[in-house]
Amino acid sequence: MSKRIEVNDLNVYYDKFLAVEGVSIEIEPRSVTAFIGPSGCGKSTFLRTLNRMHEVIPGAHVTGHVFIDGDDLYAPGVDPVLVRREVGMVFQRANPFPTMSVRDNVLAGVKLNNVRLPKRDADDLVEKSLVNANLWNEVKDRLGAPGSSLSGGQQQRLCIARAIAVQPDVLLMDEPCSALDPISTLAIEDLIHELKSEYTIVIVTHNMQQATRVSDKTAFFNIAGTGKPGHLIEFDDTTTIFSNPKVKATEDYVSGRFG
Amino acid sequence: MSADTARTASNSFTATRLPRLIELYTALGALAVSGIVIALIGWTTTGFLVLAAALYLMLTGVVSGVVENRRKAVDRLVRGLVTVAFLLALAPLVSTLYEVIVRGWQALDWNFIFTTGGTIIDPATMKITNTIGAWQAVIGTLEITGMATLISVPIGILTAVFLVEYSPPGHWMSRTVTFLVDVMTGIPSIVAGLFAFALFTLVVGPKAFSGFSASIALCVLMIPTVVRSSEEMLKLVSPELREASYALGVTKFTTIVRIVLRTAIAGLITGVMLAIARVIGETAPIFIAASFTNNFNGDLFSGAMQTLPVMAYTGYKFPSSDIPASLQSAWGAALLLVILVVILNLIARLIAWAFKPKGLQ
Repeated sequence: MSKRIEVNDLNVYYDKFLAVEGVSIEIEPRSVTAFIGPSGCGKSTFLRTLNRMHEVIPGAHVTGHVFIDGDDLYAPGVDPVLVRREVGMVFQRANPFPTMSVRDNVLAGVKLNNVRLPKRDADDLVEKSLVNANLWNEVKDRLGAPGSSLSGGQQQRLCIARAIAVQPDVLLMDEPCSALDPISTLAIEDLIHELKSEYTIVIVTHNMQQATRVSDKTAFFNIAGTGKPGHLIEFDDTTTIFSNPKVKATEDYVSGRFG
Repeated sequence: MSADTARTASNSFTATRLPRLIELYTALGALAVSGIVIALIGWTTTGFLVLAAALYLMLTGVVSGVVENRRKAVDRLVRGLVTVAFLLALAPLVSTLYEVIVRGWQALDWNFIFTTGGTIIDPATMKITNTIGAWQAVIGTLEITGMATLISVPIGILTAVFLVEYSPPGHWMSRTVTFLVDVMTGIPSIVAGLFAFALFTLVVGPKAFSGFSASIALCVLMIPTVVRSSEEMLKLVSPELREASYALGVTKFTTIVRIVLRTAIAGLITGVMLAIARVIGETAPIFIAASFTNNFNGDLFSGAMQTLPVMAYTGYKFPSSDIPASLQSAWGAALLLVILVVILNLIARLIAWAFKPKGLQ
């Protein structure tokens, strides 16, 4: 299930503007990697290149290579749709489909890809995904209710359930807790701990305590100034990054001296 | 208790205020004064209402300016002006509806709706029989508008999908399409009718009256409306929903059909219904393209066809020998048209309500 991500000298452009420059990184399977850094340093942009979601924005393109278990995502002839089935994503704001019930939201990835599931299998998949997303007990009696009738934290966990229902190898999370209260945040962090045993997880966060709580490794991104490209400054074990970073900029950032 | 009263008495935030219902009293006073004045110099309803409105505005302004302060006086004055403007805008609508209902009501019964009306001359006796009925016009209107909808809605919605989902922003293609749609919105309906008639004269030959050619004329008027409203509706669908769908490995086509169009469907239907209501009452283009007839013609593709707005027009302009009957059926046709539009609107609301995303309170 879980796969290794290897990035070689990746540049990300919006039209001619170079947004992220020269990122090389290796992400181990069954681990949680946190991306930290000031706003606008390109960590979300970089995250979105890992499942070719950045292409949704017109004019965005990359040079370089991203390998997932040796398969280059940017080789000619790669279908981004197939990539995204293997690399799931959870967004900053919970975005359940408003026209679908809780159950249909979980099954959305399966149904929209025209996979026919017998009802029993569909029920099992819904239960398993919701249990994995720590949401089952809260919604099991109202699976037919609209997805948008849940609270913010529940909606975000519903989105995680939806993302894992298609059984991806990698789960990308773009600031999944930034719009949530501490209790929902805790629920999602617990969830990340549990999901680690099955998935490769990459999480972008602005919350450094969160990075220390959930991640095994941390990557620090920084930007030299507005209009300049973002760079990967340092990538190491989370404990090293937060206690004994090698680069001055990382130390300044994690100790709160800037950013 | 005593402390509270002491506090209120010395409150520096209080200001003199007119009694709560002062606006009602002023309005009644203005009406009374205006009534007396107009009755003395000769009664006209319009004059009575205009004078009452002017008196009311002056009175509130002055009274409030004297008793209260400048800010409140201006507030009351502007509020009065806005109310008068609202009533003014409402007046033609209410008066038209009233007239149509009162005059059309006598003509309207089941017979009128389901009988083919017209004038028949018996060649042997030269006796003229007038039948009152609008069945041919009801069928004509439904068929012509239905066909126009059938053609315009797919073209309009697909164009909107192209503009919102496929064309890159600022691309020359989307700018051209948007420009042409804007130009089409401004086309006078008579020009659309002439276009359709000319087109069918070229294709079919002279005297090419047919319901279908009227449908084409209506399409010219309908497509830009549908494109515009659908475009706005599709833009309202949050980009986050599209991203959520793409991130599940769903193709662009499926995302558009099952997520974007499904989420926007209530708005799309409302837009289409407004477009239908806009063209169903068109007279000039249908008159040119489909002409008019007293015979029942259910075939959209050949021969002149009667429609309700054209029936109202011809009944009034070219009455048969029985003039009162003609006039009455003209009013009946007008009322029938209004009822048809109301029914369509109700259906649209029902459908929109049924498809509305639930749980978005």
